[in-house]
Amino acid sequence: MNRRYIVITALLLAAFALLGVSVLALMHQFTAPVIAEQARDALNRQLAAVLPPGFDNDPASTAQDLPADPRLGGAGAVLYRANQAGKTSGWALRVVAPNGYSGAIHLLVGVSVTGEISGVRVLTHKETPGLGDPIELEKSPWILSFNGKSLLGLPPKGWAVKKDGGVFDQFTGATITPRAVVQAVHHALEYVAEHQAEWLGESK
Amino acid sequence: MSHAEQAVGESLPTGVVAQASAPSVYAQLARDGLWTNNPALVQVLGLCPLLAISNTTVNALGLGLATLLTLVVSNTLVSAVRHWVRPEIRLPVFVLIIASVVTAIELAMNAWLHGLYVVLGIFLPLIVTNCIVIARAEGYAARNSLRHAAFDGLMMGLGFALVLLALGMLRELLGQGTIFANAHLMFGEWGRHLTLHLMPENYGFLLAILPPGAFIGLALLIALKNALDQRRA
Repeated sequence: MNRRYIVITALLLAAFALLGVSVLALMHQFTAPVIAEQARDALNRQLAAVLPPGFDNDPASTAQDLPADPRLGGAGAVLYRANQAGKTSGWALRVVAPNGYSGAIHLLVGVSVTGEISGVRVLTHKETPGLGDPIELEKSPWILSFNGKSLLGLPPKGWAVKKDGGVFDQFTGATITPRAVVQAVHHALEYVAEHQAEWLGESK
Repeated sequence: MSHAEQAVGESLPTGVVAQASAPSVYAQLARDGLWTNNPALVQVLGLCPLLAISNTTVNALGLGLATLLTLVVSNTLVSAVRHWVRPEIRLPVFVLIIASVVTAIELAMNAWLHGLYVVLGIFLPLIVTNCIVIARAEGYAARNSLRHAAFDGLMMGLGFALVLLALGMLRELLGQGTIFANAHLMFGEWGRHLTLHLMPENYGFLLAILPPGAFIGLALLIALKNALDQRRA
């Protein structure tokens, strides 16, 4: 009797688990395409904001993982390509500035085929609200000050905040955050300059 | 289970007078959830999301509604299966139900409220561990009829969501001088017009946005409630 009770109780618990799993499996099946579409839309919106305007391909579908490189913040960097009329018009790099005030700052850096920055956006960060968060476009236009900058137009010394002798503004009460972003963008640009011949060759 | 046993199994919420008729059970449940036994101000349960996500009105509203929905659905399901669940497996089954409900809500929000889903981040799945959900399942829904349990979930969820919303508005107003900033994450593009700027452009009060502001804000709300109760008594 006692054993029977235990077995039935265990089976009951298993039945509940099975029920829960099936409901979730159904739910997943139902929402998975919508979620994938939402993630792709969000990525495309971000890419459109940083890539040189006028591209006519689907850059999100060109995602390519880059080999780990300390200048890109280690592993996890991704390259996206933009094409216009069959020719490469620019690239976007998803990179990490590892030395933010409170951890990593994830950035999307867009570079045109001529080597100029076409846009930079912060994807995620944990900087202090009110002090470090002017790196977000919603809070301040600071991030737009990268637009049009290039390695040719700006010597390496200029790639720093004003306090360190560069051309980029720091924020009141926060120097570490913009310093990390400027450095990461500079490194990404250097990386593009080194590899762009190879990337152009690949896409032909 | 016979009908008589079932009637015995139905217990009234704490503080309900025995002769309470059907409508006043609902009134008592509403009073308990919203005021006398408010989950955030009196039971002080579920503080982790309450303190972490109350930095803006929209975040607070999003998490409040998700918690509210979880409470209603989990209370209803727990009440529906209460006669089949043996005491030995009661808690695992309740946790299983709550986890499934929260995961389903998380999937739905990821699909249809993607922006808000990204903002709420880890605190959405963490609703599973919000003590208020299991407390209502175990303390009320497991012993009461479906309708009463669903209503209890609604009122407790509302009580929690309203405090979360009040704290969110307080902190956002004091911290950055706005209310309903980033409302487009929840309501789509037209939500951008909802934002109210009530302070000068460069206004900011960091303490209110950082975690200490959450503790101080909640303490002020609890003090306010106690002061109102004392005045009435």
